[in-house]
Amino acid sequence: MNLTEWLFGPFIEFGFMRQALLGCIALALSAAPVGVFLMLRRMSLMGDAMAHAILPGAAIGYLLFGLSLAAMTVGGIVAGLAVAIGSGLVARNTLIREDTSLAAFYLLSLALGVLIVSVRGNSVDLLHVLFGTVLALDDAALTLLWSITGVTLLTLFLIRRPLILECLDPGFLRQVSGLSPLAHYGFLALLVINLVAGFHALGTLMAVGIMVLPAASARFWVRGVGALLLTATGIALAAAVGGLLVSYHADWPTSPVIVLGLGGVYLLSMAFAPRGVLAQRRAVHSHLRA
Amino acid sequence: MPSRPDTPAITLRNLTLGYERHPAVHHLSLRIEPGSMVAVVGPNGAGKSTLIRALAGELAPLDGSLDGLAGHRIAWLPQHSGLDAGFPIDVRGMVAMGLWHRTGALGRFTAEHRRLCDEALAAVGLAGFETRGLDTLSGGQLQRARFARLILQDAPVVLLDEPFAAVDQRTTDELLTVLHRWQREGRTVVAVLHDLPQVRAHFPLTLLLAREPVAWGPTAEVLTAANWDRAQRLREPFDDQAGVCEASPAGTAAPPLPAAGHGLHHHGHGHAHGHGHDHAHDHHHAATPEARS
Repeated sequence: MNLTEWLFGPFIEFGFMRQALLGCIALALSAAPVGVFLMLRRMSLMGDAMAHAILPGAAIGYLLFGLSLAAMTVGGIVAGLAVAIGSGLVARNTLIREDTSLAAFYLLSLALGVLIVSVRGNSVDLLHVLFGTVLALDDAALTLLWSITGVTLLTLFLIRRPLILECLDPGFLRQVSGLSPLAHYGFLALLVINLVAGFHALGTLMAVGIMVLPAASARFWVRGVGALLLTATGIALAAAVGGLLVSYHADWPTSPVIVLGLGGVYLLSMAFAPRGVLAQRRAVHSHLRA
Repeated sequence: MPSRPDTPAITLRNLTLGYERHPAVHHLSLRIEPGSMVAVVGPNGAGKSTLIRALAGELAPLDGSLDGLAGHRIAWLPQHSGLDAGFPIDVRGMVAMGLWHRTGALGRFTAEHRRLCDEALAAVGLAGFETRGLDTLSGGQLQRARFARLILQDAPVVLLDEPFAAVDQRTTDELLTVLHRWQREGRTVVAVLHDLPQVRAHFPLTLLLAREPVAWGPTAEVLTAANWDRAQRLREPFDDQAGVCEASPAGTAAPPLPAAGHGLHHHGHGHAHGHGHDHAHDHHHAATPEARS
């Protein structure tokens, strides 16, 4: 098999691979920019917590309507927003801080989700939820993924200034405008819909990987928000498409391969990128010699 | 005193401020004329930061009134800024935030805006730093950048809380010229400070605060040994450890001050409310006349 065949063969031959490719591209275009802002807001771990918080909503949707895309999507979005808003309200109005508040809500949510899935589902369904169904995306799922991508990119464009200010100097944003809540809750809503998109394709456990890892890798390569957004998206696209191909040819499950690929990019970036560990050490050494 | 037409007079009448119903500042009545340059000094926990927060509109009065500022843009530099200095943005991008009143969330960032940013950076001695990453700046350079942002805010009232607490002398001197420029332009400048020689040298008006006003007026008349001593003694009843209202003998509570005039006779109320909590967020050293002199 030559390289061209290896790269393009699966997509020419199989409709499900073309669907998977389109799904992965939509997810990478949307999740990577969200991940950059997640990193800049120092909320990467919160992304992980939110990914777990979505589970019971999807599970209840599944419980009521079976393996229905719409029901699980709506359920996931409702659960995610409830946890995001609930923990935000508790943090702003009680003596519990944001991290503890979020942890409390997402643990409650996760336990509920695991209970529902284990009591009412079977192990095949559980695997669907945990690892996604990127190789079984139908037209409705693709429409959903691309709609979420569109909404995400448009919203990020519109709230970019308050969002950047909310990361850079939140006190100053509150001083000059009333848009701080819009930036905060608007971004949380984007996080939730992107986790739901990621959950359909990659599963709840892996969805946050395509957000956090490209952003973290990009930080070692470039400076500036615009450059971070482009680089992270490029890394996410490459890893998603590459992971899809490797998983096809090796007959491995897709979502762990994609996330492992992103993890590999992250480790290599940390070591070899211009702002990575080796470059920093070289800079220090040459400085000491000079 | 020249004044911008949009610079308001600020009037406080029997103003009481506090947190969770614990008053931190009492019975403050004064009027700040447009274009004034005012220093606010006093011991730790005197309520200086609380007063600035109230002027900035962050804190509603518990009692009394604070008039003149509603509807006016205010540029405010808090003592502990939440600025993330590790954020990947260049210096010009950071100070450009000060143009929010012109660009808003969606407006275009024009060549004119860029020119204003670079002028403001030049005014604080950061010419040539436009494209440097924020994470490469020293503490003093970061404070200069914050001042450039204040310049761009172009507000008639500028409030500063310990703006020179963590910066070197040269930076302080250069930023003080920015303060004077603001005053010449007819803006009102109110600054919390702890360096009394600096206050004497640069600020025509001073408010000496110790939970209640000790003295207010021309700096030379306010910063006297007797007033400073009174301020220290007034503060003590609010200390967690201090006995209630036990006045220390004159001269021991405060370091000696060169007499700059007669201590103003005090008309305040002087009652000890005994609120032990100090919410004033005032973490800096007590003002001493020797500081940085």
